[in-house]
Amino acid sequence: MAVVSDQFVVSNMQTVRRRSSPAFDQGFRWASYGSALIVLAVLAGIIGSMVYGGWPAFQEFGFGFITSSIWNVGQDQYGAWVAIAGTLTSAVIALVIGVPISIGIAIFLTQLCPPWLRRPVSTVIELLAAVPSIIYGMWGLFVFAPFFAKYVQIPLTTIVEGMPILGTVLYARVPSGVGMMTAGIILAIMIIPFIASITRDILDQIPTVLRESAYGIGCTTWEVMRYVLLPQAGVSIIGAVMLGLGRALGETMAVTFVIGNANRLSLSLFDPSSTIASRIANEFNEAAGMQMHALLALGCILFVVTFIVLALARLLIAGMKTH
Amino acid sequence: MDNAAYRKASTTAPAPWGRVRRSRYWADRALKIVSTLFTALGAFVLGWILLMLLVEGIGGLSPAVFTETTPGPGTEGGGIANAIVGSLILTVLGIVVATPIGVLAGTYLAEYGKDSTLATVIRFVNDILLAAPSILIGLFVYMLMVQPMGGYSGWAGGVALAIIAVPVIVRSTEDMLRLVPGSLREAGAALGAPMSTVIVKISWKAARAGMVTGVILATARIAGETAPLLFTALNNNFWFSPTLMGGVSNLPVTIYQFALAPYQNWRELAWAGALIITLSILGLSIVARLILKKDKVR
Repeated sequence: MAVVSDQFVVSNMQTVRRRSSPAFDQGFRWASYGSALIVLAVLAGIIGSMVYGGWPAFQEFGFGFITSSIWNVGQDQYGAWVAIAGTLTSAVIALVIGVPISIGIAIFLTQLCPPWLRRPVSTVIELLAAVPSIIYGMWGLFVFAPFFAKYVQIPLTTIVEGMPILGTVLYARVPSGVGMMTAGIILAIMIIPFIASITRDILDQIPTVLRESAYGIGCTTWEVMRYVLLPQAGVSIIGAVMLGLGRALGETMAVTFVIGNANRLSLSLFDPSSTIASRIANEFNEAAGMQMHALLALGCILFVVTFIVLALARLLIAGMKTH
Repeated sequence: MDNAAYRKASTTAPAPWGRVRRSRYWADRALKIVSTLFTALGAFVLGWILLMLLVEGIGGLSPAVFTETTPGPGTEGGGIANAIVGSLILTVLGIVVATPIGVLAGTYLAEYGKDSTLATVIRFVNDILLAAPSILIGLFVYMLMVQPMGGYSGWAGGVALAIIAVPVIVRSTEDMLRLVPGSLREAGAALGAPMSTVIVKISWKAARAGMVTGVILATARIAGETAPLLFTALNNNFWFSPTLMGGVSNLPVTIYQFALAPYQNWRELAWAGALIITLSILGLSIVARLILKKDKVR
């Protein structure tokens, strides 16, 4: 059937000629060139709209916009520090929890897993990335937070109460399960699939000879990982971690559900806080005037930070491929 | 018994090596156990989330969910028919806008631009957009379309989703086209076919399964996006206007609003919606993998 239809097209010279006319060829080239430029235009548009929209806020508050922790809609005074600190803290918690787990998963998939199990386990881990952010938010708020409050926060609070530093950092005034720590844990789960699958690919790219010669002189799996594979893959794994960090910084819906959305600086990891993304999601639709400019300025700061982090991530991961 | 004795003997080696052997053994053991446990933890979390959705969502599923519109505050019953239809329209709109742009841009990178400076820059920018915070894309489209047009619209929502889908399609198209052997293209060119014909009839044809997979994965990605719709399509508790002007109801934002609401029936609808949306997205992701796997086997 396919053969017949191919012949038909070839014998019908008119069709062939029309399709491969120089005009079509040129048009196709320009269309793909134009589409590629759209990608550039989108990035430029995002930067441009953030800077344009946030400019009045930067002008009004100057450098103090970043360092001030006041966010008062009534008095029209805005400062970004609480949101910036919240964004950074939640992302750091996510990395501290998520990176060891991701690397462990990558080690399991590349070194320990029997071949028949590899594909299903990889798929399961990658499906974690397909679950929508809002579902993580619902799971975090309705299932994980009560569980976390009951089995971690309340026992921990009674233990650390009165201790010098731990008594502040791990003390939950209202053990509801909602707060910075829960947001960090949810973010960790969300970035694990990204870091794990890139680390797996990096470990797979290392020539088998290296690994096998290490096993050949009697190294254990730990020694092969620690002294052969990790030094080889180190820089790229840092790149994968940066990519995870970039995702954690900008994650919105899941964080909005579980972080508690309070504008206050607190030393306790169990207290509610907010991030740049959660504040924008919460306030932008009702914002007008200076509040809107301030939110766009927050978006501008978020964009600059994620841009730097993601650009570094890409350079570090790409460095591996050329070697 | 014998087995236990054997294992003991093999872990505690002869005297001169005893200490070293033991620490090496335990380091190795610890690594293996911890990595396996971490992997199990990942699978466990996915299972936990799916179980939660099934337990909470199935109770809320009823024919009314698919036939009635979202209920007002304090109203009994209701469904999410308008949200489901709205989500389908927005997702299709996004993917219809994104597919030609994404495929052509990916084609440019793989076939025309290759290692030129412009192509390198675009590849770099595309990778950044791939992981850029989706809420910023919502803000951008708000400034680009909602403000000038004077109101929220489904068109703005579709464009916001398209901006998220384009980088996914660009990346997968380029990756798949790069797998096509150069000799195939040369064979086409040797027959006198112009570049566009070589690309359309040879490269695209050879990479078809991978490119379709990319589009399906992009669909799965945008179907559950909430943040970019908050400021563009907003939401609507009624049937939206057929011109898509004004708020267009959609599942993610409906789930967001209903899950946090104080009304019991709203919460049940949110769970039903969450179940529907997650199963569709996971289904799409699995179908995409199967297409690619089948192509590889062939």
